[in-house]
Amino acid sequence: MKILTRNVGQPNPAHIDSYLVNEGYMALPRVLREMSPEDVIDEIKISRLRGRGGAGFPAGMKWDFASRDRRTPKHIICNADEGEPGTFKDRVIIEYDPHALLEGMAIAGYAVGATRGFIYIRGEYPEGARILERAIRQAEARSFLGRNILNSGFDFVITVHRGAGAYICGEETALIESLEGKRGQSRIRPPFPVNVGYRNLPTVVNNVETLANVAPIILRGGSWYAGIGIAECPGTKLFSISGNVEKPGVYELPMGVPLRELIFEHAGGITGGRNFKAAFPGGASSGCLDASELDVRMDFNSLAAAGTMLGSGAVVVLDETADMVKAACVFTRFFEHESCGKCTPCREGVYWVRQIMENILQGRGSEADLDLLLDICDSIRTTSFCGLGEASVNPIVSTIKKFRDEYLAYIHAGSQERTALGEAS
Amino acid sequence: MSADVTLEDVREELEREPEEVLDLAPVYRIIESHREMKGMLIPILQEVQQVYGYVPEEAANLAADLMGIYRSQVFGVLTFYTQFHLTPRGRHIIRACSGTACHVRGGKTVINRLETVLGIGHGETTEDRFASFEKVACLGACGLAPVIMIDNDAHGQLDPLKTDRIIEALKEMDSMRRAD
Ligand SMILES: Cc1cc2nc3c(=O)[nH]c(=O)nc-3n(C[C@H](O)[C@H](O)[C@H](O)COP(=O)(O)O)c2cc1C
Ligand code: SF4
Ligand code: FES
Repeated sequence: MKILTRNVGQPNPAHIDSYLVNEGYMALPRVLREMSPEDVIDEIKISRLRGRGGAGFPAGMKWDFASRDRRTPKHIICNADEGEPGTFKDRVIIEYDPHALLEGMAIAGYAVGATRGFIYIRGEYPEGARILERAIRQAEARSFLGRNILNSGFDFVITVHRGAGAYICGEETALIESLEGKRGQSRIRPPFPVNVGYRNLPTVVNNVETLANVAPIILRGGSWYAGIGIAECPGTKLFSISGNVEKPGVYELPMGVPLRELIFEHAGGITGGRNFKAAFPGGASSGCLDASELDVRMDFNSLAAAGTMLGSGAVVVLDETADMVKAACVFTRFFEHESCGKCTPCREGVYWVRQIMENILQGRGSEADLDLLLDICDSIRTTSFCGLGEASVNPIVSTIKKFRDEYLAYIHAGSQERTALGEAS
Repeated sequence: MSADVTLEDVREELEREPEEVLDLAPVYRIIESHREMKGMLIPILQEVQQVYGYVPEEAANLAADLMGIYRSQVFGVLTFYTQFHLTPRGRHIIRACSGTACHVRGGKTVINRLETVLGIGHGETTEDRFASFEKVACLGACGLAPVIMIDNDAHGQLDPLKTDRIIEALKEMDSMRRAD
């Protein structure tokens, strides 16, 4: 079933004419002519569409909250920051189907009463930003965006904002700070952006993939969508799969597809016929799964039950030759670098965790370090101000739990070397 | 006892090339093109960087003054985001991914090769200003691992040999452009 990738492979897919032949801009006129904002929100609620940016929050509920707040002007922000290491799926929508995103944003705007939209795109996607700007001009020329859309009296203007290089700006409140021209540091939540967002006004922040689902839901109905995948999180999902697989790439599959099927049927199995060792199912922020967990289903609830998370659906696969301690350390360096510095547990904690990890890798660790790591990680997880710090410890905690022997190998090799050198500790 | 200022110093001072004066007109133009300035600091600084290749201190100060905000606010923003640069950079920006997906597909060998052929490490610029080199966390093209980005273009599925060829082609293009 192809919903989000239906236009991939068409000639000139990003052009408005290609979009129009495939039911493009059919949902927006229907919404404007036949539906009230409440109808639109109800339809999205019936679809049970959940946010694809990582948290899986029900989109209909988010729109409802923003629509109930009477203060204006309201804003729709499309989160195209796509910074989670291992994620490259929003890029596919942006490059191959930008109009699906624009149409979804306009419908969201109508539903919540917003007149202005921003697309916050990561700085590493300059081509994507150009494609979006071109698509916006094409849509404006045909009155699908801009003032008085299709003579309905509804105004909706979209601006593209290019990120300047900060992973934390994918977090919705940091993103808003950044849009306001400030350092991208997270705000306290609550209040949530639906009430106090851009310029302290009601704001909906949705991921690219979430918004790209909107027009098809309106056209075919919420109950059609709710019947795809699994009941608690319906629909298809874009999985970015990378690492040691034969065919890395983006795959659109029903929510809840087993990890084994994703890796071995769709992504062509492990490179060079080697064995599977582990996968991070939701990028750097997720805990790893080992070979005994290959049958887990890839959806928000199943992965949470397995002690990890779906996040943005970035599956990083490692084969039997992978070094789990090094892999966890690479992720930790990333979080240390990307910590926004606002709160102590994350800013200082992740720094120390990384130091201990490097020590272990250099053969200077001890078994007590593993307990120390888990202890610090627990403090970081429970006391960090935002999701970055909270999730930063997942790779370490999960690898210590599931691949403790690899940590011990470094520790014991190091202590043997020290004994041999006559400086036994 | 030695003099604080020797004749040698004076001679050097006299012979030194006059420092290039920075043309700040583009900053005025950029600011003027943003009629609604509130919240536009980041796009404005991005445009300034587009013009100069980096954000010169004088340009940042001028932007702050024209926008009526504190200079410290502008520097706070400039130093927060990794894509802003306060010193001149190479004519080409080469970014290599050191993320996990690239790492497990030989990203390290590509990075090592780049550092060797360019003769510089992370965050450095070649003496002839040909290129600046950076290691980054993930370029969002993990399906093509290992990946590097040269200016606005991603190059994927690299190995040291392909890396050599890409850099050679870039050097050739660069010298042709400079000859024009
Ligand atoms: C550290 C951090 C980084 C995030 N990065 C992204 C991102 O790159 N893209 C995204 O859509 N959501 C990201 N999120 C989630 C957003 O905060 C937010 O939940 C999401 O954009 C809401 O949209 P949705 O409901 O459609 O998923 C991130 C969250 C955190 C804590
Ligand atoms: S958890 Fe990290 S990223 Fe989040 S506010 Fe604290 S320092 Fe910033
Ligand atoms: S890990 Fe290298 S591009 Fe994502």
